Amino acid sequence: MKHLLSAADLSHKQAVRILDTAGQMAATQAREIKKLPTLRGRTVVNLFFEDSTRTRISFETAAKRLSADVINFSAKGSSVSKGESLKDTALTLQAMGADAVVIRHHASGAPHTLAHSGWTHGAVVNAGDGMHQHPTQALLDAYTLRRHLTGAGDPSGRDLAGLRVAIVGDVLHSRVARSNVQLLHTLGADVTLVAPPTLVPVGVEAWPAEVSYDLDAAIDTKPDAIMMLRVQRERMSSAGGGFFPSPLEYTRNYGLDARRLAAMPEHAIVLHPGPMNRGLEISAEAADSPRAVIVEQVANGVAVRMAVLYLLLSGSGATTETNETKVDA
Amino acid sequence: MSPRKYLLQNVAPYGGARTSVLLADGVIAAMGADVSDDEATIVDGRGLVLLPGLVDLHTHLREPGREDAETIRTGTRAAAMGGFTAVHAMANTTPTQDTAGVVEQVWRLGREAGWADVHPIGAVTVGLEGERLAELGAMADSQAQVRVFSDDGKCVHDPVLMRRALEYVKAFDGVVAQHAQEPRLTENAQMHEGVVSAELGLAGWPAVAEEAIIARDVLLAEHVGSRLHVCHLSTAGSVEIIRWAKSRGIDVTAEVTPHHLILTDELARGYDPTFKVNPPLRTQRDVEAVRAGLADGTIDIVATDHAPHTREDKDCEWAAAAFGMTGLETALSVVQETMVDTGRLTWADVARVLSETPAKIGRVSDHGRPIAVGEPANLVLVDPDVRRVVNPDEQATKSGNSPFRGRELSGCVVATFLRGRATVLDGASCDEDVVVRR
Repeated sequence: MKHLLSAADLSHKQAVRILDTAGQMAATQAREIKKLPTLRGRTVVNLFFEDSTRTRISFETAAKRLSADVINFSAKGSSVSKGESLKDTALTLQAMGADAVVIRHHASGAPHTLAHSGWTHGAVVNAGDGMHQHPTQALLDAYTLRRHLTGAGDPSGRDLAGLRVAIVGDVLHSRVARSNVQLLHTLGADVTLVAPPTLVPVGVEAWPAEVSYDLDAAIDTKPDAIMMLRVQRERMSSAGGGFFPSPLEYTRNYGLDARRLAAMPEHAIVLHPGPMNRGLEISAEAADSPRAVIVEQVANGVAVRMAVLYLLLSGSGATTETNETKVDA
Repeated sequence: MSPRKYLLQNVAPYGGARTSVLLADGVIAAMGADVSDDEATIVDGRGLVLLPGLVDLHTHLREPGREDAETIRTGTRAAAMGGFTAVHAMANTTPTQDTAGVVEQVWRLGREAGWADVHPIGAVTVGLEGERLAELGAMADSQAQVRVFSDDGKCVHDPVLMRRALEYVKAFDGVVAQHAQEPRLTENAQMHEGVVSAELGLAGWPAVAEEAIIARDVLLAEHVGSRLHVCHLSTAGSVEIIRWAKSRGIDVTAEVTPHHLILTDELARGYDPTFKVNPPLRTQRDVEAVRAGLADGTIDIVATDHAPHTREDKDCEWAAAAFGMTGLETALSVVQETMVDTGRLTWADVARVLSETPAKIGRVSDHGRPIAVGEPANLVLVDPDVRRVVNPDEQATKSGNSPFRGRELSGCVVATFLRGRATVLDGASCDEDVVVRR
């Protein structure tokens, strides 16, 4: 694994390995001294062309806990806003010696372009590109699901076989949904997408997931977890695409409230990638209930990103792939 | 120095029986196995197919305005290398080709370049803004004698304006060439809407956005009794609509690009903007449908939509990149590979779809003519038996955005003659000859 661009690129074995490594990273985070010397002398650049506080901070924390030097480069207040291209920005960072570039970009495929253009020799980690992918989000979601839903004891080595997950909300515009559908499928879970038909992409029939337009019916099928997606209020306006008539109607049909929470199986958990629109896709009762693991997702995000950076950048990580290939052969 | 004569020996007109053809004084002076001329330059035509010089109804030459991507000189030289003797230059230049002055300038620059005849296309609306008609009559009456009008790149989406344009150009036997793209259905669209766009997270350009406009326009054309030309149709549904319209006797013609005959949306998976084009690459099913439509005559012509772009406009993330791909120097090969090598078209059909019919649609009288004594010597010699690997860096076009880079294609142009003068000979452009004689 040279880059992490898409959840679809991960084999079952690679995905489980990342989750296992994240478990080891999480264990170190319970210690008083949280910092590991693993990536000392390596440079990680957070290249953010789109506003993001939590993902950037999560990657920054992960890199710093591994003792890497971190450079934060955000489009605002940088030469990007003066019209510098992705290419020139990447060449500049390359000249400064970036070992890894964590990129968030509004254009789908920008991390792919960066990784395959020759503009940078470092590892490229996709931290969210347009409506395409957000693979570390899917990994942290899978990590969270595995911790809660695959039985007692150390979950190392386990996948998500047999788990049933409903992903609810704006699937059309969601890179979180795309990443999760692919990774959850790789790990053996069954996915149902729940959304108004306007927020499901044409072409979804090729995805390894069921599609439902009825949240109550989906809850009746007793999913093990419900993953709520952020819905932007402006999507209802005609300028925003007119995807649904009103926020109220959306909340009535697709919001997770106390009633729907109560209808879920007792063991089922609620996830949300954040930031939440309380009162739109999720009510306060649901968001703050003990079954919501939303805050824990944030902590798990750091562990998962530590694991990804470690596997991409540590000497052993770079050679693991070839070793594993040999073993497989 | 009198113009050079050429004797094309043992060539196969339309891929048929071999003969020899003497070009002198700009015309085909003699034909027959026993034709000879001591002064003529001999061209050994064994194994070569002779066709009328190709006519492109849809070329972006970028001049005036974007001379960094292409000029009339480099674009027409690329045309000659591709076997074309006439091209129609699209109106989306800067300034727009929406006045007699601009179209005359383009026409004149084409004549000065000397590589191929340039027929400017006039904009339908002022500045391609889709708000009011440009001075269509003035462009028609100008020296450029514009007969084809198009806002290509943009759709004339206002139905009343489209109706007026269709009606108005009847006065001078013009035709409106529509870029069929419903704008509201394609806001921010990046690629064909379907399985691949859903996975890649790129905003979709649905087939219906093309088909809805074509359906409307053929009905408008029927209502006002005008002729309509549909640019670069790309979907199976569009082919069906055109087939239906023709069965009703509606005066509509349609074109398909070489790239829509061979490439699909699967190519977007690498996010390489070389494959970003408007209309977008569609599915394999659509490719099959446009091939079938071209084979059965529903689609009248192949036009390149040659759209050169600078490197900076393509060397970036997909969403930031410009739409378009070059095509003049690969068009004939793609048609051969997809239609001739597969037995769906004869070489006579190729002459029809790449020369005769485009000339008729554009009302160009001296191109797309029969290969016969006395006719203008606008000809192309093709070697159908070679295969070559496309290298955009070696092409005559100024831009490198060929979707066929590194791909092996059938056939190559050996020679192109414009009014009896070689613009290409032995597969190389005749720079000196053209510069001296233009």
